[in-house]
Amino acid sequence: MTPLKHILRSIMISIWFMFLTFPLMVVYINPLNYTVTWRWKNMIMVGIGTFFASFFWRRFQNRTVGNNDKPSLGQKTLNHIYTSPEISRMLLGVLILFTLSFPFIFSTYQTNVFTTALMYVVLGLGLNIVVGLAGLLDLGYVAFYAVGAYSYALLNHHFGVGFWVALPLGALVAAFFGILLGIPVLRLRGDYLAIVTLGFGEIIRLILENWDKVFFGPSGISNISRPAFFGVELVEKSIPHAIKYMYYLVLLLVLFTIFFVNRLKNSRIGRAWIALREDEIACQAMGINKMRTKLTAFALGATWAGMVGVIFAAKTTFINPASFTFMESAIILSIVVLGGMGSIPGVILGAFFLVLLPEYFRTLGDYRMLAFGASMVIMMVFRPQGLISHIRTKYNFNAKEPLA
Amino acid sequence: MLELNNVTTYYGNIQALKDVSLIINEGEIITLIGANGAGKTTTLMSISGLTPPRSGQIVFEKNPIHGLNPEKIVRMGVSHVPEGRRIFPFLTVLENLDMGAFLRKDKDGIRKDLKYVFELFPILAQRKHQAGGTLSGGEQQMLAISRALMARPRLLLLDEPSLGLAPLIIKQIFSIIEKLNKEHNTTIFLVEQNANLALKIAHRAYVMENGNITLTGSGHDLLSNDAVKKAYLGI
Repeated sequence: MTPLKHILRSIMISIWFMFLTFPLMVVYINPLNYTVTWRWKNMIMVGIGTFFASFFWRRFQNRTVGNNDKPSLGQKTLNHIYTSPEISRMLLGVLILFTLSFPFIFSTYQTNVFTTALMYVVLGLGLNIVVGLAGLLDLGYVAFYAVGAYSYALLNHHFGVGFWVALPLGALVAAFFGILLGIPVLRLRGDYLAIVTLGFGEIIRLILENWDKVFFGPSGISNISRPAFFGVELVEKSIPHAIKYMYYLVLLLVLFTIFFVNRLKNSRIGRAWIALREDEIACQAMGINKMRTKLTAFALGATWAGMVGVIFAAKTTFINPASFTFMESAIILSIVVLGGMGSIPGVILGAFFLVLLPEYFRTLGDYRMLAFGASMVIMMVFRPQGLISHIRTKYNFNAKEPLA
Repeated sequence: MLELNNVTTYYGNIQALKDVSLIINEGEIITLIGANGAGKTTTLMSISGLTPPRSGQIVFEKNPIHGLNPEKIVRMGVSHVPEGRRIFPFLTVLENLDMGAFLRKDKDGIRKDLKYVFELFPILAQRKHQAGGTLSGGEQQMLAISRALMARPRLLLLDEPSLGLAPLIIKQIFSIIEKLNKEHNTTIFLVEQNANLALKIAHRAYVMENGNITLTGSGHDLLSNDAVKKAYLGI
């Protein structure tokens, strides 16, 4: 393309953007004085801005078209990090030191935020089993999270059951619900499955909200015990200690989850999930039980959600249905998709992005959904495989080997 | 070994098989030929439980297998190589083969069978760490057959192994099929469009038209049968 064409296309794009942003950037209605201010200056700014952005982007793309096969600098450094054991070991060491000493370096607030991020890492990795590995689009994942949280809250409220007993119990109850939902629903595929799981998520939330006698309705359940430390109750007064303890606890769960999911991915059942995603008929011809394999994925994903649910209830000591809306499911799904489906480092990075950025840019909270949507669109256009894409196997062609 | 008695199979409201009856004895190569849409693939899918028959009996080694899960049928020793190869494109050759051995737990036996398969198709050994989707059509067919062999079947159901392959590769694959039958005593039920080649290696053959078995006989006899010649061999 000649530069003139670039300029013309860029002008078209800037006009389109001026039109798109017109209601937001130009019209300003003052509801108190009933006046409308027309901020035409903004429109010009948007037009000029998009024109230059588009023009330079096009020029840049034009330049890179020629040498497509050469890996970019970023890819090269990434490859270097992947392949060089010294660097990766050093990075791992720094990472371990950083995460271990985090609560002692940073404030309680930061530790708390980080703990939340780590919880989403586990949730993301759990959903990653269902969506990333087994390819089942689950839009109601938060339901299992709620099941875990309410299991602990109710057990604690009525019977005084402690955290450590409730953790496996919550996981089990969530897994049970996973199987219960899975049996009828997993006959469906793709979009239909997504819609039914979405419905299930909402049903659970509505039950929690409206069945006051059992679940205490919108007012929720409070005074849930924090986890005990080897049988010793941590005193309520020392909340900073409890937060630190919580941090290490979640960190441990993250490590366990990474280990488990990694093993799972390279196991026969993990490969069966990938195979089932690719070709159901061939799988059945191989003797892979379609239903059971899918159910395993669903139940395992739910188990993790249940565990995080228990931890969530113990961390906040108060839960109500408002914590388990569809938005939560959407965020967890976005973590998986944004990070890279099936990729463990991708999901971890995605969780940190989607939890830490909104937290630190709280002042820009009004624009959160705007930025969220825009970043999703940009990601899907330019990097649909996610931030860190899932690399299954590396195949290196050795030219010295004779062909056939 | 395998007996089909008056098997009828439907896809929704559409009847694909009408009272199909056939017998396969142990150690035989049986071929089923017929035009497109005659019901050949459906016959195989009915046997392996992918499209369970609505009525009739399928008996494998004296056990009725109609209405069983595909999983149980594979476990009994019936492996199905589906039409169009259907290998897993994102799994490596080795992983594809391991999927074939999904129901088996004996590691030594699996290793031995892997070696055997690599002896049958040396090209697969060279490509073992390559993703299945990067193989050529012929190699994919070899992989599909090998994958089914990894379940250590006593009855192998082959659905059009010649589909879309070059004549030379077809010959190679057919000679392997014969070898499997002779050396391993694997019973083979072969569905083919390439009637000429299929009838040459088959002990007995069935001809199918519109969901019915219309003709049966030894492979040699059918090769010289006038009706078959006209309809399927183009002579």
